[in-house]
Amino acid sequence: MFGAGGGTSSYREVEETDVILLWGSNAREAHPIYFHHVLKGLDNGATMYAVDPRRTSSAKFADVWLGLDVGTDVAMANAMGREIIAADLHNKAFIAHSSRGFDEYRAHVEPYTLAYAEEITGVPAEAIREAAHAYATADRAQILWTLGITEHHNGVDNVKSLCNLALLTGHIGRWGSGLVPLRGQNNVQGGGDMGALPNKLPGFQDITNDEHRAKFEAVYGMELNPVNGRHLTLMFEAMGEGTIKAAYCIGENPADSEADSEHARTLLEGLDMLVVQDIFMTRTAELADVVLPSSVGWAECDGTVTSSERRVQRVRAAVTPPGECRHDHEIIGDLARRMGVEWGNPTPEDLWDELRSLSPMHAGMSYGRLEAEGGLQWPCPTDDHPGSPYLHGWLWDDDLGGRDPSPFSLTHHEGPKEHLSDEFPLRLTTGRALDSYNTGVQSSGFESPIRTGDELDMNPVDAAGLGIEDGERVLVSSPRGSVEMGVRVQPDIPIGLTFTTFHFPDLVDINTITNDEWDRDSGTAEFKAAAIRVEKLAAAGRE
Amino acid sequence: MTATFEPTVETTVSLTIDGSTVEVPAGTSIHKACESVDIDTPTLCWAENLTPVNVCRVCVVEVEGQRALVPSCARAVEDGMVVETDSERVRHSRKMVLEFLGSGVELDQAPELQKWMEHYGSDTSRYDQYELPALKMGEAPKIQDNLYIRDYDRCVLCYKCVEACGDDAQHTYAIAVSGRGFDARISTEFDVTLPDSACVYCGNCIGVCPTGAIQFKTEYDLRSVDDWRPDDQEITRTVCSYCGVGCNLELHTQDDTIVKVTSPADHSVTSGMLCVKGRFGWQYVQPLDPPTRKRSR
Repeated sequence: MFGAGGGTSSYREVEETDVILLWGSNAREAHPIYFHHVLKGLDNGATMYAVDPRRTSSAKFADVWLGLDVGTDVAMANAMGREIIAADLHNKAFIAHSSRGFDEYRAHVEPYTLAYAEEITGVPAEAIREAAHAYATADRAQILWTLGITEHHNGVDNVKSLCNLALLTGHIGRWGSGLVPLRGQNNVQGGGDMGALPNKLPGFQDITNDEHRAKFEAVYGMELNPVNGRHLTLMFEAMGEGTIKAAYCIGENPADSEADSEHARTLLEGLDMLVVQDIFMTRTAELADVVLPSSVGWAECDGTVTSSERRVQRVRAAVTPPGECRHDHEIIGDLARRMGVEWGNPTPEDLWDELRSLSPMHAGMSYGRLEAEGGLQWPCPTDDHPGSPYLHGWLWDDDLGGRDPSPFSLTHHEGPKEHLSDEFPLRLTTGRALDSYNTGVQSSGFESPIRTGDELDMNPVDAAGLGIEDGERVLVSSPRGSVEMGVRVQPDIPIGLTFTTFHFPDLVDINTITNDEWDRDSGTAEFKAAAIRVEKLAAAGRE
Repeated sequence: MTATFEPTVETTVSLTIDGSTVEVPAGTSIHKACESVDIDTPTLCWAENLTPVNVCRVCVVEVEGQRALVPSCARAVEDGMVVETDSERVRHSRKMVLEFLGSGVELDQAPELQKWMEHYGSDTSRYDQYELPALKMGEAPKIQDNLYIRDYDRCVLCYKCVEACGDDAQHTYAIAVSGRGFDARISTEFDVTLPDSACVYCGNCIGVCPTGAIQFKTEYDLRSVDDWRPDDQEITRTVCSYCGVGCNLELHTQDDTIVKVTSPADHSVTSGMLCVKGRFGWQYVQPLDPPTRKRSR
């Protein structure tokens, strides 16, 4: 809503902020070194409110834990917005100068009283009030979030609800104040920046914009398709409809990572042609007609990646790829050659320099500068530009420079798509553990002495009600299927909620039961909220 | 409409170090001030990314008007201060401190300390005539998993690992100093094994250990077969492959194989600290098949 696809702030800012809202993020485990910066902020006196259904290891460092029900984030944020306005703590000058749609927003959040929010979220009204007041009255405040916000059928609404709070208080566009989505993979930011999105060219330039496209066509020497493509979720829908018949999958393991993964595997198997380019023989690669073994991007090949603070940094080859593994860019170049297009044999630096000639926000970032300056934060449009520690400072300029003021968004509380029922009375949410990663393709390579996460975390009350003991194996079922797994009884998970990771698909194929309802704007599935039933194996006839 | 910021006002302090006038910002340590005029100072318990704990006394200097020698790593400069870094008293003190440390602890994997011991003429063998003080811990290395080992015969009790595990970085507090005098040692609570302790295997204790008392299992194994060859190793700086924080890694490679991972202390993202995935999660690049260490990917 502020017009850029990246976190607004530098890591160092959280060390110098006053109030931290950690929302839907277990950064202590999922982003441990970012959390070191948070800890410095806390040591320097910041107050932290952790908004999370689970009392996570991150929440334990917070001053207040707001343990909301899964999927009630919009209600919580709107109630905080309403309370800030009702208490006259909103930044009226900033709103008048830099935003639009405030009156509509105020009217829209009016029904979200603290009492209503308490009823929806399960969090005491007084705690919501305290967090709202602390955030609004702080000199500097940041909202940090991760997949607890985005992996919902209404993930985009969740994000917009948080952006509203920043706009309402002016906690944006200043050092120490900002909106910080923490990225889950070492180049998920860079992938988007490079145009690995269905509607964007590199540097967030629109594929439907004739002027943008013409610039790329001139350099590429060919006409580009002017129609937006499909994101991953829509690709799977198209596979189901039979309109996509072939897929070329690079460095992704959707056969394990997609929600309702059994369905995803069936669709991949039904393709006329599946090509997988990966460093490992993943479960997706096992389904492929052709596997192209590739080198490890960060240890066997040169290039760049971009972090959650928009910092572009160099990766470098340290060891030789084994066997027939080749660099991704060489494989793609050879494929192009077979298709009759000659791209030559560019080095990663050649490719980067071409990118710099086409993407204004990267133009000033030569390999030489990236090396000498320890990486640079975009936008960095010229060779003498220092890079941008934070974004949207223009919101504070007397003259907005012809830009539109930022709009408030109107978001509605919906709750998870899948309602709890007598048949499926427990909520399942998924997430990461400290020493593992995604589908385990990488993290299974080392023996961690503290590895957990293949169990289902349950509150002692729920476990006792079902007569289940710590460590007992049970049958876990959702409307999509069942898996057998062990139970870890632990008090940090609230009554009615269960949690597990998705790191061990070979042991527990959890994504066969997660919900594939997805957000129409982002394409992200609702991994965070499925309805399940837990049964003793004997009762389920499995023993 | 402005978002205003207070500019930081820097005041400058002038002092004399070894007869030369030096100007540095107020708040600078004597150690840093020495560094700014290329005076090399031995340190042990100090590190760029940790708060000084003042326990080793290796970095002491003489300050005019002060009765005792002062630790240069922790003492801030003052206007008009007169500092001697190479007086007979300083040299003698540094020599003795290093001798004491070396007499009770195995320092053969601490090249930086050995260099200073040679510089000051420290001779640990002169204590050998007394049977008592030269006692080592005499403990076998603690090997409890495949990630890292603890060899307390090499521990000089510099507290760096305790600080990195605690307030200065990790905030996990899995280790502390237990016991007193000759019995003092770094320990988990009640000396339980690491997996049973609060340890989260970030390995930041390895990153700061100056003597090899805590080290990668990969390094320990190679040293055990006399195949740890720092002169044949290369260090390549890259970015970790897990999560999106962008931690810089230094991959230490020997014979085209990664043998350990560190992070630069001056890197703005990590300050030299990593998590378990960054420190140990690289093994998927080259699943190791000990003892041949052949890659099986």
